[in-house]
Parts: sequence; structure tokens; C-alpha cells
Amino acid sequence: MVHQHFSLAPNLTVLDNIMTGTEKLWSFKSETVTARTKLLGIVQRFGLDVDPDARLGDLSVGEQQRVEILKALYNDARILILDEPTAVLTNIEAERLFRTLKEMARQGLSLIFISHKLDEVMAAADRIVVLRGGKVAAERLVGQTSKADLAELMVGHRVTRPVRDQAAPGAVVFEVTGVTVRQGGVDRLKDVSFHLCAGETLGIIGVSGNGQTTLAHLVSGLAKPSDGGMLLFGEPVANLSVRGLIESGVGRIPEDRNKEGAIGEMSIWENTILERVWSPAFSKYGLVNRKAGMAFAERIIADFDVRGGKPASRTRLLSGGNMQKLILGRNLSDRPRILIAAQPTRGLDEGAVAAVHARILEARRQGTAVLLISEDLDEVIGLADRIQAIVNGRLSPAIAAETADPRRLGLMMAGEWRQTEGAVNAS
Amino acid sequence: MTALFDTLASAGLWAATLRIATPLIFGTLGAVLCERSGVLNLGIEGIMTFGAMVGWLTVFNGGDLWAGMLAAALAGAAFGLLHALLTVTLGLSQHVTGLGITLFASSLSYFLFRLNVPLASSPPTIEPFQPLSIPFLSDLPFFGQAVFTQTAPTYLAILMAVFMTYVIFRTPLGLAIRMTGENPHAAEAQGINPVGIRYGTIMVGSALMGTGGAFLTLSAFNSFFPTMVQGRGWICIALVVFASWRPGRALLGALLFAFFDAFQLRLQAALGGIIPYQIFLMIPYFLSIAALAVMARRARVPQALMQPYRRGER
Repeated sequence: MVHQHFSLAPNLTVLDNIMTGTEKLWSFKSETVTARTKLLGIVQRFGLDVDPDARLGDLSVGEQQRVEILKALYNDARILILDEPTAVLTNIEAERLFRTLKEMARQGLSLIFISHKLDEVMAAADRIVVLRGGKVAAERLVGQTSKADLAELMVGHRVTRPVRDQAAPGAVVFEVTGVTVRQGGVDRLKDVSFHLCAGETLGIIGVSGNGQTTLAHLVSGLAKPSDGGMLLFGEPVANLSVRGLIESGVGRIPEDRNKEGAIGEMSIWENTILERVWSPAFSKYGLVNRKAGMAFAERIIADFDVRGGKPASRTRLLSGGNMQKLILGRNLSDRPRILIAAQPTRGLDEGAVAAVHARILEARRQGTAVLLISEDLDEVIGLADRIQAIVNGRLSPAIAAETADPRRLGLMMAGEWRQTEGAVNAS
Repeated sequence: MTALFDTLASAGLWAATLRIATPLIFGTLGAVLCERSGVLNLGIEGIMTFGAMVGWLTVFNGGDLWAGMLAAALAGAAFGLLHALLTVTLGLSQHVTGLGITLFASSLSYFLFRLNVPLASSPPTIEPFQPLSIPFLSDLPFFGQAVFTQTAPTYLAILMAVFMTYVIFRTPLGLAIRMTGENPHAAEAQGINPVGIRYGTIMVGSALMGTGGAFLTLSAFNSFFPTMVQGRGWICIALVVFASWRPGRALLGALLFAFFDAFQLRLQAALGGIIPYQIFLMIPYFLSIAALAVMARRARVPQALMQPYRRGER
């Protein structure tokens, strides 16, 4: 079993990680030489090259995943279960993984590949089983089905993602020039420049862990720039405060809705007003106006089709999609001038994705400047007007969405945007 | 300045260093073992006190000195079992549980001591461990005096550090312990029982702490009094970080601290008339903090330290 989140110890070596639990606990010596030989044999057989003595934490995510697969193979697994294995990979790394999987299948292993990305399932599998609500909804051979067919089976009814219309960009509302963010001695963002225009969406793509979180934090006022300049609505700002940003109309959809987006143990109405509890609309003389909060929550629940909860029920009980709609509602009901959407559809089903996309497009149509940070290429191509890639804390130049295709974006995400730069100037 | 040099060159200083280091070595090794599997054991101060009491009482009631050490180890393991029950099985806060055990064990020590030994103006004594006389080695000039005049438990402590280094880094059990401290979920997925590993390390680690306490009453002194551990347990907790969770460096750290301590005692004697003695008492602690600040910045903490392990949660 290879989980989406790895079961590895970053402070131990690759060999240690793989050997754990494979020997009798009470023997007085570890047979490291034998283990190394066996491991290198498997590495050769499937082309999964990794250095056995590297410290695991020093490896890239793609390599760590190879260690997970090696661990299973080292234990002589005949059936390998991969849970969302591509979530952390670039599409180039993913293609490499698919080749390895095909090779394993050819050598007689059985593979179960769990994913919600239709392209990948079509690319990796021979036979597809669709699960819906804990039941098998259908079983299809790859040659006899299509993406649209699978999407419909997954959701239970026909879904179409909303289509982006022509943008009408207005004035520049937020501009960042040469900003570096240093945290704990590490440059999380390096010399980053971008701008947001009213009524336009800027998409930031990149493999997980390349500085997306810091970028979202920078624009939300949670991370302070160590260097560089920022202009908010044309005014230079050195430090953004979270509260100041919210008051000047910046809405945020945080990357992790359970950790930063909402407080699960608090009620829905409390969560909806949490961001602006100080505003006179929700509190007076230092006391929270519960009635106004309840009314606001009612309105969001109705307008944004949040299902499964009343204003007084605990937020934790909402499904991921409904919690995301709640967070969207909290931010969009006041027509923000800027919306930061970090991984807005991560882990949502196809129906909820369509709803969230429709809301983001709607906000943009009404003149909100949207910063969309996502790892999902289809999402960025579908929603963004301009696209930049983030690699190791640096941002590529922007390209127009019309000129983007998965191959070109893949190259940008791998940091090879210099090859595509000519095309940018031409377009 | 000559006085300073004379002090450094005296065999007595180095012999005292080893003697002072012994309980710290036992305690730090015990704490390293617990923390390697991901459990902080702040019960150490109380467990050492209890070990000191049980060891002394065993010998006072006619037991052998080694029986006293064994009794202290078993008593330590018993408190380890309690700590494991509360922190591993029930998943309670390791800080609060550890401090609770320290308070409980310290008070219980004094209570049991008073039940057995009536109040007297001068505390009763036992016949402690005698320095081992090793043929040839003990007769060496300087070294014989400095290193080879210790009691048996001191050598045991040093051997224990070597043995633990081997177990932690060279055996499947050691790997299982390290994996449990880094990522118990990964350990479980590989067929290791993280709960069993944690129970084992906490009990054995606490046994070592108890032994360290017993050294105080059975070798360093010959009587028991309730405040005798004097914060040595807390020093051990700091030494674990100083040692980056490595038994070999734990030995070094304990010796270094003991050296500062032995040295300040001699400085006190030499300069006590000029500078208040409290300044000297501060020296080892001050230098420990300085050394900790330098060493601990690079330390790699076991990733699952202080995280209770619950099956099925991530």
C-alpha cells in the first residue's frame, strides 16, 4: 500500500526506512549487507533508482514516493495499492511513475491505482471501477469508456465545469515587485514579481511545496516581505496586516480549510463572522451581536447552497465541499476587490468543483481580481486568464491562458520556462 | 593562575568528574531511550529520588549492594510502567504526566523512608560501594588515580553507553525504536508494534534513571535524604538535547557537565573568600546553557516526540 501521505521517517536513511520491521526484532545484528543487495536488485529490476544511504528528508517528493514503492516491493508485495500517488508529482514525474507501473504490471504484479483525476486513471489503468458513496457504481475497461462517461458515473449526474468567458481586465489593484520572503534563514520566495488586475484571474501553478503557501501568506498578510516592494490599490505598502487587508476588501480561501479556513469545533455562524468580528455590523461595545451573525450565516447558507448544517451547528460536521462553499460565501458575499484562492478545490468531488469554479468566475465577472494558486492544471487552464509557474520560490513570467497547454505548463513547472520565454514575447 | 593549573593537573579533579558524571550518565541514557521512541519522561527527577531511596533501604535492611541497584532499577521500571500507561495507552500530555510522576515519586520516597527509618539527628548510614582496585591499571601514575579508582557502577555506566549505542544504531530493535520515535504510523505499517516499543523503552529507560539515583546513596554517599537528587534529573533532560539523542554524546555531555561541577567546587575552595560561592554554583548550569545553545541548534529532534500515538489517526 502506498498512501497519499507517505509513511516514512525523514531523519532516517532510505535503507533504514525500508528495512524497518523486516528482521526479527531481537536478533543482535542487522543484516545490512544482505538487505542492501536485495534492495539494489529491486531498484535495477524496476528502474526505481534511489540512493540507499541518502537521508530520506533530503530527497525530492518523487524520490520519496519511489522509496514507498520500494518498501512494498522489498516486502515481496504482489499487489500494490497506490492512493492518489500523483498528487505530489509534476506531470513529468507522473509520466515516469506511469511507465514504472506499466513495467510492474508487465512483470506480473497487480496494481490498484486510486485517483480522482480522470486523465490519470485513463493513462495508468487497464480496468476502472467507479466508487460513489461507498458503493461500486460501475466497472469499465479503459478502451470502452471516456472521461465524460466516468465523470458522470462519479457524480451520478451529468456535470459540466463552467466555461471561462473573455476577461475585461481593469486597473491594476495589487502589484508585487521583486519580493523575497525569508523565514528561518530560508528564502521561501525569491525575487517574486506579479500583478493582479480587477476582473481578471492570475493562475499560479506548481508542484506542491514550491512556495505556494508562502505566496498565499504574503498576499494575506501572514508572511512579511524581507525585500522588495508592494503596491495595494496604487499605494505603496511595506507591511500588510491581516486585519487591514480584510477591511480593504481582500477575501481569502486558505489552502487547508480545516486548519486555516474554519474552526471545526465552533459553530457555522461563529465561523462566518470570525474574520470581521470587530466590524460594527457584528459587535457593539465589545459584545458579539449573535443575532446579526446568525442572520449572516443564514444568508450564506441560502445563497451559496451550503448543505448539511444550520447556523448553530458545528462546522466540523460539514462535508469538505460544503465547508468550502461556506468559506467562499463568507468572502464573496461582500464583493471583495481581491480574492486569493489557494487550492480551492483540493479534495472536492466533481459536483462541488463545478460549484466553486462557477463562484470564482462570477466574482471575476463582477470585477474582483482573483489570484488562483493551484496544483491542478485543468483548473488553472479553465479559470485563469494569465498563468505563472512557481518553482522553488521563484515565479516564471506570465503567459496568456490561450497559449497554455499541459506540455508547456509541465515544462514551466519543471523550472524550464526559459525555453518558452520566446513564445511569451511573441504572444 | 598557577592555582588554576594545579587544579586542572590534579588527579582528584578528574576522579571527581567521573564520580559526579555517573548518575548523569545513567539518567541521560534513560531519557535518551525514552525520547528515541517519542516519549518525553519528565518523571526522571522523582524516579531518581525513588531509586536512591529504594536502593538505600534495600541495603539498610540487610540486602546486598547489587540487590540495592536491582531494586532501584525495578522501582524505576514500575514508575516507567505508570508513565507508559498514562502517556501511551491513554495518550495524556507527556509534560503534565511526567511532572506529576516527579512530584508523586519524590513525596512517596520521603514517606516510605520515614515509615522505615525513624527521625534521628544524624541520618543512618550503610557501607557503600568501595573503589575497585584494578591490578596494574590502578597503579599507573596520574591515570591510575584519575580514572581507575572508581566504584563498579561508574564503569557499568560507561559500558552501558557503549552498549546502547550499539543497540540503537546496529540492531533491528534499535531501528524499530528510532522508527517509532520518528513516525509511529510508518512503524506500525511495517509490522512493528509502536505501543509495545514505547512501553519497553519507557520501562527500561526509567530503570536506568532509578539506577542513576541509587548510585547517589550506594556509592557517592552512604545515606539518603529527600532532596539529594537536587535537579540532576532536569540536567539529564537538557543533556539529551545537548547529546542530539545519541548515547555516545550523552556520555560526553555528562562528563562535561560533571567536569564543570568538579571544577567549580575546587574554585570555591580556592577563591571562596573573594567571590560569593553562589557564583561558582551557577557556573556549571550557565555553561550548560551556553553549550546547549550551540549544540542544540543543529539537533535533529525525533519527529514524533511528545505526540501520542493513536491507531488510525494521522
